[in-house]
Amino acid sequence: MTVALRSWQGAMALLLCLAALASLPLMAVDAPSPFGAGALAVIFLLVAGAALVSFTRLSQPLLAAVLFLTTHLAVWLLLAGIAGNEGKATLAFFLMIAACWLIAWRCVTVLSGIRAKSKTGDTFLRLLIPAIFGAWILILWEAATRGAGIPFILLPPPSSIGARLVSSVPILWADVQQTIFKAVLFGYVVGCASGFVVAILADRIAFLRRGLLPIGNLMSALPIIGVAPIMVMWFGFDWHSKAAVVIIMTFFPMLVNTVAGLGASGAMERDLMRSYASDYWQTLIKLRLPAAMPFIFNALKINSTLALIGAIVAEFFGTPIVGMGFRISTEIGRMNVDMVWAEIAVAALVGSVFYGVVALGERATTFWHPSNRGG
Amino acid sequence: MKPDSLKSRIIPVLTILVVILAVWYVAAYFMNAPFQRDLDRRANVTSTTMEFIGKTMAQPKPILPAPHQVVSNVFENTFLRSVTSNRSLVYHAWVTLSSTVVGFTMGTLTGILIAVGIVHLKALDRSLMPWIIASQTVPILAVAPMVIVVLGAINVTGLVPKALISTYLSFFPVAVGMVKGLRSPEIIQLDLMRTYYASGNQTFWKLRVPASIPFLFTSMKVAIAASLVGAIVGELPTGAVAGIGSKLLAGAYYSQTIDIWAALIAGSVLAAALVAIVGIIAKIVDRSMGGRPA
Repeated sequence: MTVALRSWQGAMALLLCLAALASLPLMAVDAPSPFGAGALAVIFLLVAGAALVSFTRLSQPLLAAVLFLTTHLAVWLLLAGIAGNEGKATLAFFLMIAACWLIAWRCVTVLSGIRAKSKTGDTFLRLLIPAIFGAWILILWEAATRGAGIPFILLPPPSSIGARLVSSVPILWADVQQTIFKAVLFGYVVGCASGFVVAILADRIAFLRRGLLPIGNLMSALPIIGVAPIMVMWFGFDWHSKAAVVIIMTFFPMLVNTVAGLGASGAMERDLMRSYASDYWQTLIKLRLPAAMPFIFNALKINSTLALIGAIVAEFFGTPIVGMGFRISTEIGRMNVDMVWAEIAVAALVGSVFYGVVALGERATTFWHPSNRGG
Repeated sequence: MKPDSLKSRIIPVLTILVVILAVWYVAAYFMNAPFQRDLDRRANVTSTTMEFIGKTMAQPKPILPAPHQVVSNVFENTFLRSVTSNRSLVYHAWVTLSSTVVGFTMGTLTGILIAVGIVHLKALDRSLMPWIIASQTVPILAVAPMVIVVLGAINVTGLVPKALISTYLSFFPVAVGMVKGLRSPEIIQLDLMRTYYASGNQTFWKLRVPASIPFLFTSMKVAIAASLVGAIVGELPTGAVAGIGSKLLAGAYYSQTIDIWAALIAGSVLAAALVAIVGIIAKIVDRSMGGRPA
């Protein structure tokens, strides 16, 4: 009993293997190219072997490596076997996929328990574990769509999305240039800068601060995205209208956060500055702005996502024939679902890169902040 | 002390609002003037300055409607029309509100479940949490049209697809906030629970859950605003059937600028009301749990 408890995923995987054996074959009888006996044997040996290994008391890194290799090799064989047999997978096939998934789960559990000694090892683990999780979402997606033959229009398999992505790089690149490099970047810079300037003004004039802050807080809850059709009417179909939407969307988070940040420096530090006889601007630049940096970067991060959303949604209301939002809304109309997914993948990538750049900037400027010092 | 501080808070806000209103009127004059001048020239009418200003504020399809035009449109479409009418803002707001609330409820429940899972399973924490955080950087709203059209292809239309988008948008803030909240008890408090010989279940229900409530409500305020935006954007590609989003789209197609502004106002009122309701519930729950005003 205690042995089984050491790896309940392994026990479950063994049971699933037995169930799959009982309900062979992996592909329906009329499948054009069913699994060969050799491949079948290899898959079952790999999965059952991995399940058995998960009960042993190997050292954790070794165990994790063995589980990782065996289960992913088995899954690769399983997925490769779908080729030519789309939509013919039987219950046994999905039982085997589930068994592989359980072993991968065991592998992640083992990996989570490892305490890395070196810093690089720790970083490696912190990247590897989510990477396995992400890969398994793709694997399950691929197996479900191609194995069970889900209609392409409903949910295309990741492999064909990837193929589409690679084959239409020029179109996607043109869309990125139109939406990101023109609308988003311009709107983001102008919106954040004007929010910042108004925040400084509000900091100097208490009356303005007391008037603007409640309005700014309220605006952050409102569906500002709705101004998109108005902006399209005012500034035309090209990127200027999208930049205008982005400016409006990014202005208020920046304003509210900067005002909050300017109040973040302690009374004692401010007294010290006064004892140095520093004037308003000196105090602002040497003490209060650095102290406000975590807040300002928080706004920059929020805005990086908002800017993308604003530009893409504004394009639903009318664009020239290029742009990410335009592509999404027209390709879905033509039922080219794989193109839509490719565009979404690009948007996700751009969003992450944008966020990552801002986060790197934050590391460089607020290295003194406790959350960045580590240890 | 109190009325005075209230006054010092309200007067600046009112002043700013008055300034905005004034700027709006001036802008409305200047943006509508060229078109009005054109109209006058074609009709061979020469009007005095005051007449001209009045006309720029009374165009049927102005570039920037004057505030009183928007207000009268909102008033007319809210109070003077029957609630079932296709032009009633109440009707459109109700359509949007229903999918917002359904989506928000599902999203909050999902978020709480995921948070509980993450706090209890280390493997889930290390593998799922980075994705939840990474997904915040992704423009999720871009998926909205696809969800609508794809679900429409398998005959799932109406409220459900929009609610799904709202669910998707609202579960992230709740999940992240709840994880933070469930982990907020300090070691000293957890130690106290251990000295009471509390089981894991008891620690969870008597310490972690109560500690997480303020975090839950804070993230619910963000989530409900997000689900409203999700519902509005979800209405854009449905072919303008009903809802505030469809009202925006129809206004954009037919250049009914006053309608667009009225729909915007309706959406804003809805958002403010929803956030306020969550805030009030938070206060009631806080008080019933023995929280004292700080």
